[in-house]
Amino acid sequence: MDNFTVGVVVFPGSNCDRDVSWALEGCLDIRTKYLWHESSDLSDVDAIVLPGGFSYGDYLRCGAIARFSPLINALDDFVKSGRRVLGICNGFQILTESGFLPGALTTNKNLNFICDDVELVIVSSKGGWFNDGVEKQTIKLPIAHGEGRYHCDSDTLKKLVDNELISLRYKNNPNGSSFDIAGITNEKGNVLGLMPHPERACDKTIGGTDGLFTLKSLILK
Amino acid sequence: MDQFAVKVFVRLRPSVLDPAGEATKSASIKLGAEGIKSLRIGKIIEVKIEGNGENEVREKIDLLCDRLFANTVIEDYEYSLEKL
Repeated sequence: MDNFTVGVVVFPGSNCDRDVSWALEGCLDIRTKYLWHESSDLSDVDAIVLPGGFSYGDYLRCGAIARFSPLINALDDFVKSGRRVLGICNGFQILTESGFLPGALTTNKNLNFICDDVELVIVSSKGGWFNDGVEKQTIKLPIAHGEGRYHCDSDTLKKLVDNELISLRYKNNPNGSSFDIAGITNEKGNVLGLMPHPERACDKTIGGTDGLFTLKSLILK
Repeated sequence: MDQFAVKVFVRLRPSVLDPAGEATKSASIKLGAEGIKSLRIGKIIEVKIEGNGENEVREKIDLLCDRLFANTVIEDYEYSLEKL
């Protein structure tokens, strides 16, 4: 895995790109490369992270404008090739807006921007993004969002449940998400979107290491 | 080429909770307004657009609404169109 490189996408308004890069490089010794949103050449990266922030100022809706960037247009082939894509917070919003994941994320039920550590239940091991729920069934990760309420219709929810696509559920739902959903994968399992920030939980001196496993799993084939 | 003024209304679907609408409803009641049964907040997008006739413009606006202006997972849209 010496040459394994994770591309960290930078949109105008991304603000967790450096956190993701530091966590991967500093805590896990995984090489990273920043990818400007106008680049569509993804040939030299092996996995991609869409980090948190406020891409394009979150104008219109969170993630709505980012969807039209050259990089997101190139993501379809990347995902089809089986390589892994992790969307964190605003990255999750972009993945739903662009149709890589079902549903949508909208305003928190209580209208507050919520910045807190939350307990999460690992529901599915699809894609191997979490420690399979056997060794540890709950994890604690930080959230920081105003628009993290996951919404989908009942048919989509049934599909998510039946196909084990729900990765994480909030133990104490902070934002009104349907079915307490905090993170989901696509059917193949190589795309994960989640509202909590694993990159902010990679060192015990700053609040825990429960995010390490998810970032490390980017190198899984 | 004809020019049209289009007003697009984007609304949360009735089944989707509108917390901002609820908060505004609550403030409206505090202001003393009586009889408010429901209050929901949407967006208006005003577009001036050129095209060869109304049908062509409608096609363009339909695409914009469906792909960009609204997220049809949670929102509905409708629009009015006026030839300038």
